[in-house]
Amino acid sequence: MRFDQRHLLGIEPLRPDEITTLLDLADRYVTLSRQREKHASALAGLTQINMFFENSTRTQSSFELAGKRLGADVMNMSMQASSIKKGETLIDTALTLNAMHPDLLVVRHPHSGAVDLLAQKVNCAVINAGDGKHEHPTQALLDAQTIRRAKGRLHRLNIAICGDIAHSRVARSNLLLLHKMENRIRLVGPSTLMPSGIADFGAEVYDDMAEGLKDVDVVMMLRLQKERMDGGFIPSEREYYHRWGLDAEKLAHAKPDAIVMHPGPMNRGVEIDGTIADDINRSVIQEQVEMGVAVRMAAMDLLARNLRARPTELAV
Amino acid sequence: MKDTLLYNARLIDPEAGTVSEGALLLSGGRIKAIVTSADEIATLQGQTEARDLNGAHVAPGIVDLGVKVGEPGERHKESFKTAGMAAAAGGVTTMVTRPDTSPAIDTPEVLEFIRRRANETAPVNVLPMAALTKGREGREMTELGFLLDAGAVAFTDCDRVVTDTKVLSRAMGYARSLGALVMGHPQEPILSKGAAASSGKFASLRGLPAVSPMAERMGLDRDIALVEMTGVSYHADQITTARALPALERAKNNGFDVTAGISMHHLTLNEMDVADYRTFFKVKPPLRSEDDRQAVLEALRTGLIDVIGSFHTPQDEESKRLPFEEAASGAVGLETMLPVLLRLYHAGEVDLPTLFRGLSLNPAKRLGLDCGRLSAGAPADLVIFDADKPFILDRFKLQSKSKNTPFDGARLQGKVLQTLVAGTPVWSA
Repeated sequence: MRFDQRHLLGIEPLRPDEITTLLDLADRYVTLSRQREKHASALAGLTQINMFFENSTRTQSSFELAGKRLGADVMNMSMQASSIKKGETLIDTALTLNAMHPDLLVVRHPHSGAVDLLAQKVNCAVINAGDGKHEHPTQALLDAQTIRRAKGRLHRLNIAICGDIAHSRVARSNLLLLHKMENRIRLVGPSTLMPSGIADFGAEVYDDMAEGLKDVDVVMMLRLQKERMDGGFIPSEREYYHRWGLDAEKLAHAKPDAIVMHPGPMNRGVEIDGTIADDINRSVIQEQVEMGVAVRMAAMDLLARNLRARPTELAV
Repeated sequence: MKDTLLYNARLIDPEAGTVSEGALLLSGGRIKAIVTSADEIATLQGQTEARDLNGAHVAPGIVDLGVKVGEPGERHKESFKTAGMAAAAGGVTTMVTRPDTSPAIDTPEVLEFIRRRANETAPVNVLPMAALTKGREGREMTELGFLLDAGAVAFTDCDRVVTDTKVLSRAMGYARSLGALVMGHPQEPILSKGAAASSGKFASLRGLPAVSPMAERMGLDRDIALVEMTGVSYHADQITTARALPALERAKNNGFDVTAGISMHHLTLNEMDVADYRTFFKVKPPLRSEDDRQAVLEALRTGLIDVIGSFHTPQDEESKRLPFEEAASGAVGLETMLPVLLRLYHAGEVDLPTLFRGLSLNPAKRLGLDCGRLSAGAPADLVIFDADKPFILDRFKLQSKSKNTPFDGARLQGKVLQTLVAGTPVWSA
């Protein structure tokens, strides 16, 4: 069991065994997080800086909590309010931060590739918390963790990813991860929300929900961004909900034990019906949030081990 | 002054499509004769200043159509002096410069300023193009007549497409009455707005805003319709996609005065070269798929695509060291164009006469210049190069003030030994 990455910039560079290593460790952190005393010391003495160039509450607090549970000194920097507004370039910001000797840098940025660029300029381990439309690796890992725990395996599952694939970094990272773990993937949504070159993605593409969800084990819904709702990519919110919003009728086409996932925050009544989202027998949306903290703990733990040049052999 | 004889040379004649061993006799800054008989060469050696080229290739100097120099406005990126040095080092004997400066070259006064700057400092010929519309804003045509008189060789708004077809049709019509050449950038501007890559699997996986290659064909179709309407002489700056080629072919077959160019980058690189967001590979239009590259290469071979250019676009480090979407487009190419294109020759994809037909002969013909040929009477604008000499490109050794080449560290074959402008060496390795 090895994990050989210096950074976690995306799912693309990860090997399947590295993914399994990370998820196995995350399982232990789920157990830890469910205890009254949640502290461990894997990151004790290390400094973690969360740099969010884009608004985020959920991901940022998840990373913050993950760092704190492992004993790191965590600092949050809201980059919208800071020097970026004063015209400082991303590289200069990175160099400034680097001089403060952080050990873990968690970065979200509105432009694809920006986190890679930043990682080239700093000495610490960098975790991509979402870059543009490129990748969001910890989201894919927490989704994988959720699926593995709900389904008992992470291979040979039929998984439908539905909605705004084109603008979603979550969809890209999930697609890469679930492919690496040998699942069958379907992409469902209107063609305006499908990325170009979709035919080469190795996934089956459906524009009809009933067909797309037929006999799947997992239904992953994606958030439809507000700015894409009116007229631009789809005619209206209500038409979208009618055709692609997940309700009981559409979900009935999936396997009876199919689980429903959503990365949040949800638009109830747009991409998902409220009662489906709250159905504890089908929806694993709350578990996803819980897994988020555990997976981020595991990711930072593994990166910190490499950082400290400890042997990466794990006694799982 | 004695005539000069360059002997023991391999002469690349793009007009005849041949490479032959022989000698070139130069006199008074022009080519006096091409000599191939050994006896004649032996006789001439005694009467002239004879130079043994040891089997090096000699070709008509490159006429680079579409060079950006940072004057006026961005001299920190490139001046006429540094661009001229880069050109000389790259075998480019004529730079045809772009008006996308700040301010744009849209008045006779600005044009005269840059001609003076160019003549004072650049060691190679400089021919300026001027903007088609004022400030390149696509609203009113420039003083095309005055600009033509002041020495503008063509009119273009460069990568800013004139979206208002009424404005463009009038500018084209007026240019037609002056006999002036208009250079367009075929692109549907609304479809391609904000794009940093060509749409497809690569752009989708990298999450980059992308434009369908179809936008190029749509732009070309529109421009060709306006050519048909106005009768203007039209050159498409870059045709980079397979989908646009049939439209170009039809226009040519219909007898319209239409020609097209291609950049060195689109002939030698594809979208995958961007890899992990390498901004030095960000050019405009974006790099295309390998299928597109193969198609335009074939179009170059058949002569459907006429002109190869570097589209030399100097950018400083700051404008490239940004996230890919925000980074500036363009690459320097004056100095690297010949060795980079020789990759195609070494790979057996094009022969040398075809290469120089695109680099020298066709652009000269398009602009009505008498250079670009290896024939008696033509100016002795020449590039002498060793096509085989290997080297590793170090961007910091380039003459350009800006070092933004995608070929840094590339293993290349082919070195310019000497560049002559009107018979006078302006660069010697």
